[in-house]
Amino acid sequence: MLIYTAKRILLAILVSLTVSALVFSLLYLSGDPATALAGERANEADILAIKAAYGFDQPVYVQYFKWLAGAVQGEFGNSVYFRLPVIDLITERLPVTMTLGVCAMAFALLLSIPLGVLAAMYPNSLIDRAALLLAVLGQALPSFWFALMLIVVFAYWFPILPASGSDSWEHFVLPTIVLGYYATPAFMRLTRTGLLDVLSSDYVRTARAKGLRPAKVLFKHALRNAIIPVVSLAAVQFGFMLTGSIIIETVFALHGAGFLAWESISRSDFPTVQAVLLLFSWFYIILTFLADLLNAWLNPRIRVA
Amino acid sequence: MNTTAPTTEQILGPTPGQILRRKIFGHRGIVIGGGIFLIIVLMAVLAPLIAPYDPYHQDLVARLVPPIWQDKGTWTHVLGTDQVGRDYLSRLIYGARISLMIGVMAALISGIIGTSMGVAAGYFGGKVDMVVTFLITCRLSLPVILVSLAVVAIVGGSLEMVILVLGLLLWDRYAVVMRASTQQIRSLDYIAAAQAAGCSTWYILAREILPNVMNQLIVVATLEFAHAVLLEAALSFLGLGVQPPLPSWGLMISEGRNYILFDAWLIAIPGSALFMMLLAVNLLGDGVRDVTVPENRA
Repeated sequence: MLIYTAKRILLAILVSLTVSALVFSLLYLSGDPATALAGERANEADILAIKAAYGFDQPVYVQYFKWLAGAVQGEFGNSVYFRLPVIDLITERLPVTMTLGVCAMAFALLLSIPLGVLAAMYPNSLIDRAALLLAVLGQALPSFWFALMLIVVFAYWFPILPASGSDSWEHFVLPTIVLGYYATPAFMRLTRTGLLDVLSSDYVRTARAKGLRPAKVLFKHALRNAIIPVVSLAAVQFGFMLTGSIIIETVFALHGAGFLAWESISRSDFPTVQAVLLLFSWFYIILTFLADLLNAWLNPRIRVA
Repeated sequence: MNTTAPTTEQILGPTPGQILRRKIFGHRGIVIGGGIFLIIVLMAVLAPLIAPYDPYHQDLVARLVPPIWQDKGTWTHVLGTDQVGRDYLSRLIYGARISLMIGVMAALISGIIGTSMGVAAGYFGGKVDMVVTFLITCRLSLPVILVSLAVVAIVGGSLEMVILVLGLLLWDRYAVVMRASTQQIRSLDYIAAAQAAGCSTWYILAREILPNVMNQLIVVATLEFAHAVLLEAALSFLGLGVQPPLPSWGLMISEGRNYILFDAWLIAIPGSALFMMLLAVNLLGDGVRDVTVPENRA
């Protein structure tokens, strides 16, 4: 386990470094970032001043290492648009995104696991087919459109929920449904196939044969094992949800980190864009790392490979 | 003697082609998904013939005409007109072209990148495999939406740019699936036989490996097609994808957003079209997987 953990840590660090280099180089896609920052009406002197102020006059690798050293310490420079330290902006916005992520994850799990269990208990029944239909429809539903249609129905036709903002818990209801629903099909399919596998295994037959109550067999013996892959998928899905929150937060004007990302992208606020992109990537790397460790801990066979 | 001699068909049974055809036409998902998809493709191909108006022609007198099923709807504009008086049905029909083009091109570009990487990793193993696996991990760590938004914002949005960005980003699933399938095939006897017979590596990859991973490749391609269509719509919706006045469905939803309160059909119509297309492609992909590689069903 120790060797496996060490290997995975090394891999995570290597991936983080590569990703940070990619994120940093995005800035240079536009050609000269100083000219882009200065805007169309800037003259030579302005551009030179910006170059000096942001360190664009130094060699690229020096800029990269300076930026990375700052990033590791949470220092991303100032936002070009808000004129505030980027890290302050992010720490201010992150709680909204995290709240949304946790709520959406809870919603997804609460909806998909019972459905998955029912579908596996009664395969090919009406409920199994309904669950499958829900999954197929859910996969084809564009989240931003679903969000807008929910706004139309629940904010305009039946005005029971607010359409935008992030002031009260009511503001989180619709975004939670949209973001959570998006992750539901994957969880449900995994719960269903996992449980179907386990239910046909020998130890479940033994448990049944020795006369345990069906509920006890299901929850104590079968579900516990069937749920393992769902746990690791949940870690990865949480990472996807944070990215998905960019669209959802924009539609609902929730002032989270995703909204900040969109604001800074549309205002060419490069330091903020880089910081958010890097943090989201690192967050995803940490989540998959934890999921891998969890998997290896639960299933010793993985450690050898 | 009143028994007739059995026909050749009765003796030989159905041919593999017949079995496959029966499976395809007996599969509800393929029939429904394929049917919807065919309609959308026909719509896109025949757009100049079937669209009642020019999708770019503005008629400021006939702005925001509601669709036929609403009180003030008229047969002159079956699906109504948008905020500058362009015929919505015509824009919807032409929009199918954009979605199809982006889906096909992005799935093709990412398919070439991902398949080459995955097959190389699976066949050669060792260091090649290590590098490819590392690249896949790095790619997965980068959030697609955020990166494509940032790139399009920096470089500028256009149809070609969206295709290129999505094509260069969506290769991960191809690589993962192709790597796993190639690893399985590599250890089979007929590969060893081909190697022993002195076939070149290129020959083995092209004539022995590729045809045998084609089923999985098609399944992934449909998934990535749907993924690209969805992402284009999302990017255009956020204003950083295909630029106006092109009739992209995502852009139509974005433009209709300001009228969401009184004219919700402006977003409902293009959204439904997008939903139908994604549903059709997903059903088709699932169906192809069921028919050709049932062991991969999850």
